[in-house]
Parts: sequence; C-alpha cells; structure tokens
Amino acid sequence: MLSEAEFCDAVVEMLRRAETTLPKDVVEVLKKCKRREREQVAILQFECMLKNLELAKKLGAPICQDTGIPIFFMELGADLKLDFDPLATLKKAVKKATISIPLRANIVDPLSRVNTGTNVGEGQPVVHLELVRGKKLQIDLLLKGAGAENWSRLYMLKPFDGEAIERAVLLTIGEAGGQPCLPTIVGVGVGGSAEMACLLAKKALLRPLGKPNKNRPLAGLELRLTRAANGLGIGPMGLGGKTTVLGVHVEKAACHTASLPVAINFQCWAARRASAKLVGNRMRVEVP
Amino acid sequence: MHKQLKPPLDEEQVKNLKVGEVVSITGQIVTARDKAYARAIELLRSGKKLPIDIRGGVVYHCGPLTKKTKKGWQILSGGPTTSARLDSMQAEFVERTGVRVLVGKGGVSEDVAGELARLGCVYLAFTGGVGVLAAGTIKKIQKLLWQDLGATEALWVLRVQDFGPLVVAVDAQGGNLYLR
Repeated sequence: MLSEAEFCDAVVEMLRRAETTLPKDVVEVLKKCKRREREQVAILQFECMLKNLELAKKLGAPICQDTGIPIFFMELGADLKLDFDPLATLKKAVKKATISIPLRANIVDPLSRVNTGTNVGEGQPVVHLELVRGKKLQIDLLLKGAGAENWSRLYMLKPFDGEAIERAVLLTIGEAGGQPCLPTIVGVGVGGSAEMACLLAKKALLRPLGKPNKNRPLAGLELRLTRAANGLGIGPMGLGGKTTVLGVHVEKAACHTASLPVAINFQCWAARRASAKLVGNRMRVEVP
Repeated sequence: MHKQLKPPLDEEQVKNLKVGEVVSITGQIVTARDKAYARAIELLRSGKKLPIDIRGGVVYHCGPLTKKTKKGWQILSGGPTTSARLDSMQAEFVERTGVRVLVGKGGVSEDVAGELARLGCVYLAFTGGVGVLAAGTIKKIQKLLWQDLGATEALWVLRVQDFGPLVVAVDAQGGNLYLR
C-alpha cells in the first residue's frame, strides 16, 4: 500500500521540480518563437527567459519569485485503498515545500489580507478531485502566479452570435495587454456551466503545447485564435513583437440550449507544471 | 555592454534616455510594491520622512523570494512584479519621493506615463519571470526596512551590478513602447 510519507515526499518533489524546471514542450516553443522575432527588444525578452531557465535549473532555484499557488488535479480510483487522507497530506506537503524549496508565502485572507505564512489556508491549496474507476492515483499540478491569473474572465455569451467566442478571447487578450508575463498560454473553456467553463479553461493549461485538440472544429478554433492573437503585435512582455501567445487551448462541454459560457484563463510563459502517478506502491514524479 | 545607469540620477540624465534603449543599473536600488507604496505616501503626506532617502533613486517593483540563513538574508528569486497594480499611487509616489526611475513589468497606464514624463521619471521594463537572473545581479542586501509588512512587501535596499537588461519603455519625452 502507498504510505503517507511516500505520497507526501512525492508531492514536495513535484512542487520542487515544477518550480525549478519547465516542461520540454514549453522550452521548445519559447526557442522557436525567439527565432521568429525580428525586433531586438523582443529577442532580448526571450534571451532573458531562456538564460533564466538555465540558471534556475543549475542552481535549483525557483524560476520566478512568484512561486504562485499550486492547483492540484487529482484522479483517485474508487477501488484504491489508502490509510491516510490524501487531501490533508497535500496540505501538509505544501507547508513542507514552502520551507524546504523554499516558496514565497503567497496565501492571505481575502479580506484582512493577513498572510498565513505557510501557503495553505481556508480552501488552499486548490484541489480538483475526480473519482475514476479502478486503483488509479494521478496528480497533475499547475503553478499559477497572480500576474496571469488576475486576467481570468468569464463571459455568458449569446448562443447564436456568430464569432462571439473569438471576439471574447481576443478582447480579453487585448485588455490584458502586456501585464501578464507574455507570451502566455491561453486556456479557453467553452460550454458546461459558469463554474465548469472556468474549470475547463484551467484544465486546458495542462495540455502540452503543440498538441491541438483532438476535436477538429476545436483544433481549428485554436489555430485561428493563436494566429489572430499573435497578429495583435502585443509581443513578449507587451514590448511589441510577433509572439503574444505560445498557444491557445480550448476545451468544451455540453451546455444549456439558452447559454454559451466562455471562460478564459492565462498561464505565463513560465508555464510550470508537473505530474505524479502511482506505480506499484510508489509515486513516480515527472516534469513532462 | 549596455549603457550603465549609476543612481542617484538627475533630471538631465533621465531625459537623455529614449524609448527602446537597453540599459542596466549598477549601484543602489530599492524594492517597493503595494503596501510599501501606500505607507510611503501616508508618511510623506503627514510631513514625515521615509527611513531612506530615495531622491534621484531607482524603485524596483518586486516582491522577492527570500531565505533567512545564519549569514543573514538571501534573495533566491527576484524578478519584477506587475507595475500597473500601483497605478493609482504611481504619480503621487514619484512626486513625493523624487525617484527618477521605476523598474517593473507590464508598463503603466497612459495617464500615469504622462505624469511620469512631467515629473522627469522614466519607466524601465524588466522581463517578467526572470527571478534567478535578477537575483544574480544583487551583490549585497544593504538594508531591510519595514519588515513588518512581510518579506514580500518590505523595502529591500540592494546594491546591484549590471542589473538588467532593462528596456526604456516609457521615457521622459512622452515616448511609450506599450502604445505602438
């Protein structure tokens, strides 16, 4: 059986790896985008990003001082027997990681703004739990800084307004301008219900770059949005250039006939994610 | 090598900086963000002094990731934060403190950019998310002030070398890279 200590250590390790290295797909796209830029200021932004990634890896230091808040997506098998509470242990692991990595203490009370100092608090860390068949246990982790998260939007659009989705996404990217750390990954959730659209938009950020949606119309929408966003010229860090987004990922769910919820969630270029899954009685951690 | 700025700077030096130019800073910079801005303005409004004179100086919008060791404080990661969050306080802060350079990410609003030009202050953009690169330019933590605000919001007085590369994004002539 999976022990609590093994689970806790794996989560701490997952946080450490996510904070200090980026997934290969993100690094590859950053390099590709750098080659496409013509203006010196835009190229310089990519140079700094790539140099920073090397330094972070070498020194084992967090890529960004905004170590974000961890968002956990946990798939838990209905037949899996555990002798501990995985949600309580996730909390424990975040506290531990805050000291051992270390992480910046980012969690405050929303009204008093008093910092808990531990990166955990009421409802934190965020865990989206999904019950699945069998004995599976998998955790996917996103680290979300405030610069990108602050531009999240939810629209309840008119269902039969031709290009309403495109307009909402591009309007939001335009409004955010240079304030999130561009180029961003844009997650778009279409349909479901108000809160489900938000969750889909966030889940869309887990998908590696360069993997279009398997659904053809959605893949087409992703491509059109990516091209249109990059045509805005906002550029890396808003300083002008050809790359405003690294990609646009759209996910959908069925919705009420009278509704069209569309949610948008940004991830900064330092798109930190990692995963851990149960193999035998051990957790295997990886940054993809 | 980029053009080096060595604070404190006078109006003349600041006015020579043009949008799109790449510079770096060697000397003293001070971090400040939301809570420090609010406290500084409150103190100066009531005729009191700041614990450090930053006239002609550089203010860096940053909430660093720090670690306290036996040898003292260490900054592990310290890239820029979103400057526009401070927009409602920006002009008054610059006017009352007399700083000549703001460093951050994402720029300031068009109105604030106009105010900065009037006050003879420039805005330099640093690449967001480059925490480790930025931390490497810190040669010494000279002072830690207003520690009661928490390590993220406190004033960190830093001696830096080749801090940058920074892009002149809003200059004192009304040039603004974010408006192209």
